[in-house]
Amino acid sequence: MSVVTGIGLTPFGRLAGASTLDLMSRAATDALADAGLERREVDGLITGYSTTHPHLMLSTVFAEHFGLRPSYAHAVQLGGATGFALVMLAHLMVEAGAVRRILVVAGENRLSGQSRDAAIQTLAQVGHPTYEVPLGPTIPAYYGLVASRYAYEYGIEDSAELAVLMRANAARTPGAHLTEPITAAMVRDSKPIATPLRLLDCCPVSDGGAAFVIERADAARPGPAIRGAAQAHTHQHVSAAPSLTAFGAGDSAARALAQSGVALTDIGYAAIYDSFTITLAILLEEIGLAPRGAAGRLAREGHFSPDGAMPLNTHGGLLSYGHCGVGGAMAHLAETVRQMRGAAGPRQVAPPALALLHGDGGVLSSHVSLVLENGR
Amino acid sequence: MSAEIPDWTTGGEGLTLARCRACRHVQYVRRPFCPECGSEDLSVERASGRGTVYAVTVVARAPSADLSAHAPYGIALVDAEEGFRFMAHCPLKGVAIGDAVRTTFRAFGAGLVPFVAPEGTP
Repeated sequence: MSVVTGIGLTPFGRLAGASTLDLMSRAATDALADAGLERREVDGLITGYSTTHPHLMLSTVFAEHFGLRPSYAHAVQLGGATGFALVMLAHLMVEAGAVRRILVVAGENRLSGQSRDAAIQTLAQVGHPTYEVPLGPTIPAYYGLVASRYAYEYGIEDSAELAVLMRANAARTPGAHLTEPITAAMVRDSKPIATPLRLLDCCPVSDGGAAFVIERADAARPGPAIRGAAQAHTHQHVSAAPSLTAFGAGDSAARALAQSGVALTDIGYAAIYDSFTITLAILLEEIGLAPRGAAGRLAREGHFSPDGAMPLNTHGGLLSYGHCGVGGAMAHLAETVRQMRGAAGPRQVAPPALALLHGDGGVLSSHVSLVLENGR
Repeated sequence: MSAEIPDWTTGGEGLTLARCRACRHVQYVRRPFCPECGSEDLSVERASGRGTVYAVTVVARAPSADLSAHAPYGIALVDAEEGFRFMAHCPLKGVAIGDAVRTTFRAFGAGLVPFVAPEGTP
């Protein structure tokens, strides 16, 4: 079994002057300090990627920069699913006995390291270069297409409630990018980006970094344990998605739960990828945490609030804590660990015994699910 | 690619598909083999351009400066009658999921792109 013994999470937002390596270093320093470890006590390193620091070998660039000489290192690229894919890989490596302790780290100055136009253009290139990109779609356009189908099948009015909840959660979280309270009416009246998605349905582009130490279970070094991890990959491009209302999330989550020997009803905390309100609605529903078409309504009714039946992204998620690329989803895990430790300050919920985490990459193309058990 | 069949991805006014002669799978995003069964025996055919709207959005902000003069523009995913899904431009208004559409071609950015509009509109 593997356990998370250290977390590092920088503030997200505009962190002017900080490079990708600066942000990775800050997060890694915090994760090592949190785990009570020196650099030499880590034997593995896996990193994400950075659009502002493209490199063939980001892991060893970071190792040299930070002062690590790992016996195992490489980077992973899986779009928005990368953060949890890194954690899953670290878990598998530890379970296999290939490493004793892995530092998992990602960071990017995605907001201040490039113009907003450059960020939008870079991200839009995930579309098919021949059959999609020439038509001028953007990431919000891909998700706007998904949202249009969801609206057609289930109605989409209530999904604004998910943005409202994430903003309220972020207001209680030091370091969150967006903290000004919003209402559902403000979401519905914000400027159109790619119909039916509006500005406040979309996560911001942020600077930030996150890191974890994941190691073999040892009674002397307690921490939340990774009980299950699974993936599903159904397509890459939105044009090739088998359906725009059913993706691989349910399959991935069900296998992670089965591996853990627990049922969805045993889960007490949810950390779900929320690049757009539609992403969060679809993932919650497909995983089974809300009936189809009902995620927004449940949010409005308080079901996903910190004092509700299923606390969700209590740090504010990508929608309001912010989205710096690979580190974005890693903030969801950092928050889950804090909640399990009882160290979440004013937003602390009853420390959950079991949490389900789910990330997606591409246009709901790649899915990674994790089940975390409180090891306090 | 058959030279006689126009294809918008190479500047011609047409949509093409490739049908696997072994398993009949239809592909739009072209490879030299069938992704379902691996056969390399493909028949390249011209698609009718008729289909049904599966999803539709209006892009308010273009991804790059060279396209921003075109914004806003409509983008649809269309289920072609031959059994493949394709992305196309569409009018800003008057296109809904489930609509039957036909395809023409319009200049956009550096080339031609498919443009779908409801059957019966000019």
